Amino acid sequence: MIHAEGLTKVYQMGDNEVRALDGASFTIEKGEMVAIMGPSGSGKSTLMSIIGCLDVPSSGQYSLDGVSVESLGESGLAEVRGRKIGFVFQQFNLLARTSALENVMLPLTYAGISGKEREKRARAALERVGLGERTHHAPNELSGGQQQRVAIARAIVNEPTILLADEPTGALDSKTGVEIMDLFQRLHRENGQTVILVTHDAHVARHTERIIRISDGHIVSDEANPNPIQAGAPRNDE
Amino acid sequence: MLFSENFKIALRALRANKMRSVLTILGIVIGVATVVALLAIGNGATASITSSIQSGGSNLLTISPGRQQQMGPMAGQSRQVSHMYYADYQLLERGLKTNITAIVPVYQASYSVKFGDESFTSNVIGVMEAHKDVRSFTVAEGRFISDGDNKAQALVAVLGGTVAHDLFGDLSPLDKTFSINGVKFQVVGVLESKGASLGSPDDSIFIPIETGYKKLYGETALYNNKKTVNNILISVDDTAAMDTVSAQATYLLRRSHELKPSEEADFNVMSQADTLSTLNSVTQTLTIFLGAIAGISLLVGGIGIMNIMLVSVTERTKEIGLRKAVGATRNQILTQFLIETVTLSLLGGIIGILLGVGIALAFSVSGLISSVITADAILMAFFFALSIGVFFGLYPAMRAASLHPMVALRYE
Repeated sequence: MIHAEGLTKVYQMGDNEVRALDGASFTIEKGEMVAIMGPSGSGKSTLMSIIGCLDVPSSGQYSLDGVSVESLGESGLAEVRGRKIGFVFQQFNLLARTSALENVMLPLTYAGISGKEREKRARAALERVGLGERTHHAPNELSGGQQQRVAIARAIVNEPTILLADEPTGALDSKTGVEIMDLFQRLHRENGQTVILVTHDAHVARHTERIIRISDGHIVSDEANPNPIQAGAPRNDE
Repeated sequence: MLFSENFKIALRALRANKMRSVLTILGIVIGVATVVALLAIGNGATASITSSIQSGGSNLLTISPGRQQQMGPMAGQSRQVSHMYYADYQLLERGLKTNITAIVPVYQASYSVKFGDESFTSNVIGVMEAHKDVRSFTVAEGRFISDGDNKAQALVAVLGGTVAHDLFGDLSPLDKTFSINGVKFQVVGVLESKGASLGSPDDSIFIPIETGYKKLYGETALYNNKKTVNNILISVDDTAAMDTVSAQATYLLRRSHELKPSEEADFNVMSQADTLSTLNSVTQTLTIFLGAIAGISLLVGGIGIMNIMLVSVTERTKEIGLRKAVGATRNQILTQFLIETVTLSLLGGIIGILLGVGIALAFSVSGLISSVITADAILMAFFFALSIGVFFGLYPAMRAASLHPMVALRYE
């Protein structure tokens, strides 16, 4: 369902060519929970933006649900992002002075879903992330963990094919980070949601079932993680 | 996505920065208000000039001295003011027969007038009896100058309403004696006030013209030893005959002035309609000129809006990135920012129209000029503001729409 073949991304920086991504190939099946791991500058952000259809590769093929992305124009990409990808960012990226409910409704607005249906679905998404009670609070009235929950609700409200999270715990304290990881695992376990976590943190990566390591634009390892850390379980060995 | 959604987003963004929004639209508000107020005042001035000229009688021809241009290589350099003579009046009086109600000469000059301690400069007009009907004056007290006064070269005067009040205050002016340039005149009548309109007799003093030549004007009224006049007024009994009478008068005067067919006339024959169109073209030019200045301030206002929108796009780069990430297309972002600018400028336009109408009404109420607010002017201001919004909003909106989503999301 995600299939990447020889993905290459070249940026022009002045006179220099920077190969941020150099021939990455992999497949991610529906219902997987995968971490893409690498230090900063490794190319993982570039990879994330291609997986998330925010950008297209310079060469190589990327298909999502059997649809080749390179051939899509700008508005085609926007539509794929709106329907198939749910983004979660490190800094939450919520609209300020806008209630949680309205933030969650945003993707539905662009997808052209009518007002009533929009609100119903946004409320349901907020229930699922455990924020059913705080729908009318603006981001500045919510804690960091709550803001990230709103962002996750926004990401899943369109029932996307992929939930794509970029360092989702990076701006949170460790206790809240655990709660957010638990939420991702729950969405994955209970709904079969495909989750792709992009992180530099090995501990975060070990919460997933498969870890793809990337360095200097190359995939250096792609291994199953048979015993992922269960964030919801009581800590004993950590 | 629905237009109303975009509109809501735009309103929310504007509310979020209230102070900035207010300051941004100030330029448009001032520009639109100026346009609306100036047009209303200009229209009002035109209307009041029109009505005052028409109230002076629409069947009136005014003959006044024109400028004589000397032909030759120095053309245009040696201009000299021509004169109208009392003899011209007598010629027309003899020569024009049909369709004429009255022909009267006018000599007017400024003199200092004095009564008791009261002294000021006033416009003194030498007239004949028929002048009253030619100019449709109404006598409030006493009588107007008569032909008998002219024959007798009597030292009598008829006062305009304002002069009567300024000179005599609350006293009754009738039969009082005052001096014009040191010569004693007796008041025999006071005219009814016509209000502050063009050609109003309120500020003038009327005396018999013959008295003037003999006892007041002296040498100043003479040119080449001939008595001069300022104007000759011809009252025509039928509007349809205006052109004919005008042509006859022109013919008679050209012949008597011995002008060759190629020479420019040294006098002007103007009907009220001519005067009206001349004045209207002047006020129109003024209105357009002032409107253009107001238009420049609208332009400046538009640039201000564009500036702020560019800042806003930069500030909200992350938001734009996020909107694109959750599925907003380029067009949706473009529309969102365009609507924001258009909303700003329309808001400015509406406030400006209200303010402009208020200023125009204030002018009316204060009695300075009764302004005329027309739907045209308001619609024009409105659409001008709208097009400024679209024009100056397009560039910032395109900047926002063309941001790369990934770059926008990473923008710090």
